[in-house]
Amino acid sequence: MEDSVSALSIKDLKKVYAKDKKQPGTEALKGVSLEIKKGEFFGLLGPNGAGKTSLIGITAGLVVKTSGSVEVMGSAIDSDPVNAKKHIGLVPQEVNFDIFDTPLNIVLNQAGYYGIPRTAALPRAEEVLKELGLWDKKDTQSQKLSGGMKRRLLIARALIHEPRILLLDEPTAGVDVELRRGMWEYLRKLNEAGTTIVLTTHYLEEAEQLCSRIAIVNKGAIIEQGSVKELVSKLSYVTLVLDTVEPVTAAQIALMRDLKIKSIDETTLELSLKPGDVVNDAIRLMTKIGIQIANIRNSGSRLEEVFVNLIEKNA
Amino acid sequence: MTTSPIFVGYYTMLRKDIVRILRIWSQTLLPPVVTTTLYYLIFGAFIGSQIAPIDGFSYMQFIVPGLVMMTVITSAYMNTVSTFYFAKWVHTLDELLVSPMPSWVVIAGFVSGGVARALMVAVLVLIVSVFFTKLTIVSIGIVVAAVLLTAILFALAGLLNGMYAKSFDAITIIPTFVLTPLTYLGGVFYSIDQLPEFFRIISLANPILYMVNAFRFGFLGISDVPIGVSFAVMGVLIVVLLGTVLWLFHKGSGLKN
Ligand SMILES: Nc1ncnc2c1ncn2[C@@H]1O[C@H](COP(=O)(O)OP(=O)(O)OP(=O)(O)O)[C@@H](O)[C@H]1O
Ligand SMILES: [Mg+2]
Repeated sequence: MEDSVSALSIKDLKKVYAKDKKQPGTEALKGVSLEIKKGEFFGLLGPNGAGKTSLIGITAGLVVKTSGSVEVMGSAIDSDPVNAKKHIGLVPQEVNFDIFDTPLNIVLNQAGYYGIPRTAALPRAEEVLKELGLWDKKDTQSQKLSGGMKRRLLIARALIHEPRILLLDEPTAGVDVELRRGMWEYLRKLNEAGTTIVLTTHYLEEAEQLCSRIAIVNKGAIIEQGSVKELVSKLSYVTLVLDTVEPVTAAQIALMRDLKIKSIDETTLELSLKPGDVVNDAIRLMTKIGIQIANIRNSGSRLEEVFVNLIEKNA
Repeated sequence: MTTSPIFVGYYTMLRKDIVRILRIWSQTLLPPVVTTTLYYLIFGAFIGSQIAPIDGFSYMQFIVPGLVMMTVITSAYMNTVSTFYFAKWVHTLDELLVSPMPSWVVIAGFVSGGVARALMVAVLVLIVSVFFTKLTIVSIGIVVAAVLLTAILFALAGLLNGMYAKSFDAITIIPTFVLTPLTYLGGVFYSIDQLPEFFRIISLANPILYMVNAFRFGFLGISDVPIGVSFAVMGVLIVVLLGTVLWLFHKGSGLKN
């Protein structure tokens, strides 16, 4: 019975930041609804200012919503905040631990706030700090940690009370490629062990690699959601990069005006295909007007295409 | 044995603050001891020797309770206003806000830190006073009740100031322009019975007068105002401040967006 309850159930959530002397009021969320099932690995994608952090902030209790409802594991954040909050682990976008304190203390204090006494929390603290490669830094003042270490400390702190839902707001921003892959591995493991994960990111590859489902947020509204596969096949704008043998002339480009083509340099063309387009048709036309193609490659992430097109369409 | 999660959370906050107070003791504990020792020396020993006894007590004996109360007020206030404002400024407050601790526990944690610092300073300053005068205590119960209630009251007031403060400057405005004048005029250095009637009546509107007198009554058994009224004033002010702080926490104003 408990399994029928969503991990996170958000209904018609609105947020208007009050205006002050410097800023007019901002409508950050314009009625967002979202159901995230237990065990999902969910991605929130959207450009800067889309409202991702506001959504996560409201869920975690850091931002006061304007209207709508949020339930965490069946507990509403208004009527039963204590139960809603104890299920959540939050990895915020910005560092917000005491930079004068040590990683061990930061993690143990957080455990205390969740009702776990210091001595009881010690083994778990050791476990999470070791897993995130911070155990040898446990007594270092945390302002002396590198940027990547600080990010990992935020994750360790969020995991100390073994939350059932982990909210990660851009956890890999500014983390090097190797470390990022290590973190992906770790998050995947956590998810497989049963933790529901909600992640915001600007790296589309990250969402493609990790998330079972994603929602694309723009200007405070969800404009598309589904599995990565669904989104890509539904909206697959494919971009191909073609290298030509000879330089392409302006006259040739003019002859291709029916194709969505962009000249990158003399011997490089970018061809965009919308759903339903057939590559052969384009190649046939090019052959007819005397363009010889040396090779074709796929440009970038397919999800990236979906994303860019969606955001442009909604601009 | 299981400890209640709420108590663990409260204890964690308090422990963290006490560790901090002791670590930076030269900023938290030493300054009031130095200042008060100077007061003892100048007003008590140098000038006080030329002042006639008040109600049969030497001037030094008379001002010790008031001076202790002065440090209690400032220490409690400064502790919560600065820890809270700092937590908000560097966003460590978020750690408390995302946690399942109910608001009243978070408030209790901040206030208790202020009370702890005030009590530490009070004990230190009382120990120093022994080098200048004989310490008599008429009622330990009244002494403890007065110091605790005053510390709670000003810790709450500091918290409120921290919630409204928008800049570091804003956390020194109230102490400088409100607390210090009220304390100096709150019967620390004189009995209001020695004042002209007009100023005596005005002084009765100063809440700090009641706290200083209740505390002094605990030591010397003398007071300018009825002791019951003193405790009633403290009680009412605590209820009003606590109500305001709880309400602001509930609304989230001064805490979050
Ligand atoms: N504290 C605040 N006061 C006023 N406006 C705010 C505040 N925080 C966010 N906003 C506004 O709300 C909108 C959404 O911001 P939010 O931080 O939720 O976006 P985001 O999707 O997380 O962006 P990013 O990818 O840059 O982190 C923006 O227009 C932003 O300017
Ligand atoms: Mg954000």
